[in-house]
Amino acid sequence: MLTYSRWRRTLEAVSIPIAALIFSLFLFGLFCAAAGANPFAVYGAIYKAAFGSWFAFQNTLIRAAPLMLTSLCTALPARLGLVIIGNEGALVMGGIAAVAAGLSVADFAPPIVVQLAMAIAGIIAGGLWIGAVGALRHYRAVNETISSLLMNYIAIALLNHLVGGPMRDPSSLNKPSTFPIPDIDKLGTIPFTRVHYGLLYGIVVCIIAYYLIQRTTFGFAARTAGGNVKAARIAGLPVGKLTIAICFLAGSSAGLAGMVEVAAVHGRANESLNANYGYAGILVAFIARHNPIAASVVAILLGGILASGSILQRQLGLPDATVYVFQGLVFLVVLYSESLYGRFAIFKEPDVVTPPTSSAPLAG
Amino acid sequence: MKPAVKTIEMKELTLPPELEVVNMTKQFGQLIALDNVSLTLKPGTFHALLGENGAGKSTLVKCVMGFYKPTSGEVRFNQQVQAIDSPRDAQKHGIGMVYQHFTSVPAMTVAENLVLCRYESAALIDWKAEYEVLNAFMATAPFKLPLSVPVAQLAAGEKQKLEILKQLYLKSKILILDEPTSVLTPGEADEVLGLIREEVVAGHLSVLLISHKFREVTAFVDEITILRKGKFAGSGRVKDLTIADMAEMMMGEKRIPQTVQKTLHPDPAPVLQIQAIHANKDNGLEAVSGVDLTVNSGEIVGIAGISGNGQRELVEVLAGQRTATDGQVLVNGEVYRASRTEMFQHRVFVLPEEPLKNACVPHMSVAENLALRTFDRPPQSKGWVLLFKPIREAAQSLIKTFNIKTPSPETPISNLSGGNVQRTVLARELSSDHINLLIAANPCFGLDFAAVDYIHSEILEARNRGVAVLLVSEDLDELLKLSDRILVISEGKFAYESSIAEADFASIGRSMAGH
Repeated sequence: MLTYSRWRRTLEAVSIPIAALIFSLFLFGLFCAAAGANPFAVYGAIYKAAFGSWFAFQNTLIRAAPLMLTSLCTALPARLGLVIIGNEGALVMGGIAAVAAGLSVADFAPPIVVQLAMAIAGIIAGGLWIGAVGALRHYRAVNETISSLLMNYIAIALLNHLVGGPMRDPSSLNKPSTFPIPDIDKLGTIPFTRVHYGLLYGIVVCIIAYYLIQRTTFGFAARTAGGNVKAARIAGLPVGKLTIAICFLAGSSAGLAGMVEVAAVHGRANESLNANYGYAGILVAFIARHNPIAASVVAILLGGILASGSILQRQLGLPDATVYVFQGLVFLVVLYSESLYGRFAIFKEPDVVTPPTSSAPLAG
Repeated sequence: MKPAVKTIEMKELTLPPELEVVNMTKQFGQLIALDNVSLTLKPGTFHALLGENGAGKSTLVKCVMGFYKPTSGEVRFNQQVQAIDSPRDAQKHGIGMVYQHFTSVPAMTVAENLVLCRYESAALIDWKAEYEVLNAFMATAPFKLPLSVPVAQLAAGEKQKLEILKQLYLKSKILILDEPTSVLTPGEADEVLGLIREEVVAGHLSVLLISHKFREVTAFVDEITILRKGKFAGSGRVKDLTIADMAEMMMGEKRIPQTVQKTLHPDPAPVLQIQAIHANKDNGLEAVSGVDLTVNSGEIVGIAGISGNGQRELVEVLAGQRTATDGQVLVNGEVYRASRTEMFQHRVFVLPEEPLKNACVPHMSVAENLALRTFDRPPQSKGWVLLFKPIREAAQSLIKTFNIKTPSPETPISNLSGGNVQRTVLARELSSDHINLLIAANPCFGLDFAAVDYIHSEILEARNRGVAVLLVSEDLDELLKLSDRILVISEGKFAYESSIAEADFASIGRSMAGH
């Protein structure tokens, strides 16, 4: 009985997002056809660019690393019933803090210390950024979705201000940037690949997040508060502290993504940091139904789609923003698919047999 | 045609039809919510439907309005049987209902809300014509409201007037008012009911008022019908009845408290001390206005009251679900803010009403819900790490002891029936062998006799062990049976207090009704 019912629920949680992905591929095909391209050629190109060769797959993995981390910024608070979309802002803040920390210790510290300092700075900066959203939510009842969205704009403006002013490297002429992190202090690549260690960060953090939510007392308390705040209060759980702590952890994951981008890809902070990994992370979290392990898999899938943008442009003459159309379609269809849970009889558990006396509804 | 004749004709034309409910029965599964009830609403009268919570008042009007299909029985208009299958049918027969809660759109104006409530609105609205009609309507309406003001800017009394105006605008001849004054101040309530009464006296309307406020009934109503536990319990003209008569019909015959096995506790010490607690409702109005109460060890203190008089908010404050606006709560002489540490230290447990809504996480499993109070200490966890085996084992043993019917401990609790959800919460809150203070709110609501007996014996057993129990209930029998001391809460204050031996049934009834 037990395994039976779990099996159905798991099947539902896997089939619906997959069906949503397939349906959005279909819609995207219609869009491409309208734009004058052969949909099947488009599908083929995406597949080839994402997973077609070892070279392409490494590209995909490089893009998947920050997505895994930013997706947690939405997935963790979702367990508390909060919808946070400040991933981009937390990533940017993490990136800025990482560069600042890295540059300030690079002159005298060994690379491992520099990397550690960058990671910690990124984690704290991102954490405080979204932690503030949680505090606003708890103490002043400010809607966390709106405030985290608006905080993105503040973070991006702050980035532009800092790299164009106080933190600017005078030699960066047409693309204002900070001073670069010395090459020796940058994150290396995993042996025999071009993929940097950020991927490992992503996978490890996703596993930790899963463990934290499912296997610890903290996660239990958070799930309780997310499921029914009244029940959490009756059990005396500190709902406010939980809200702020979960938001801090969420932000710190995205902040770490910012550190990874800076320390492994760009080597400095500039406007390239704001590359939509935050927004794509929201999508990853929703497709993965806020399950951190699933998020790491979905991130690879979506990383592949993002990686195919330039190929669509070169081979099929579609604008490279086409992949964002696809991303948008997937998001809409996935959000719609949320409304389908519990609608299909095949996924339903057989009815619980109860004595009729206790199942009678209450009269008013 | 002479003017005099015309007025008489108009009066006949506009007189509301006679509404008869004949032998109405409504059954939900095994539960008979309404048992063979009849009622006659004569044209141009103000009729009240009285009864305690769960007496079947709402079920009766929902059958009349077409929300429910009655199991048997019929509705007649002027002696003619009419089938009412939907609220729309009721509207066609000129019956309109005003609910306890406002149904207007706050951001829209009065005029827009009035036009909106028509069932057959056209796709295009000719606002100029509509305003002419509305102005003419307002000129004859019993109360005036500014048409162009957004509803959000109206006071509660005005919003309630708008609800009634909607029905008049829809040309309803029979108004059903479901506790229309529960959100109003007494002054607003008197004004609204007074103006409606004028319409009734003028023969424009018949009104069926659901209420349990005797004050309103004696001031405005012509006739009453009283229900008790789904059955007809009496009717009559208000001027022929005293409040005591009505209270007796509503609550049944005088009852001698059932004797139960109670042991006297040696040296009672104050466990729960409530000091000048104030608390607000969700809408910001004050619900609890400074109550003081002490509950000693080995004592059950019962709080009676008609729902909506602040008892829910008081329980929520004690349970940690609501912040008091003033005053403090002491447990064992120490300030108590319902944190997890304090709950554990002072061993406070709660049986709230509506357990699925108040004390369970619906999508989490039965085992997880059972572990809600214990998951963060050994043996169910070690440091930060949850240990699933002890959680599951504890759940299995509780499921067995408390006879919870669930396919497995891993089943989401929302899949269980109401009675089994209640058992789950009971298992969690009463299984601990070291309870010090128990707060229970309507713990038996909606349960069958066996379950009620079981819960009563558990509560009594806890009391005999020395537990301090605060029991808030709408069931007077339950309170008289279990309590050592009984209080009545009315409009956020205690209106009556006595030991159970000296409890006077009539005064309890009067205090409950706000007299």
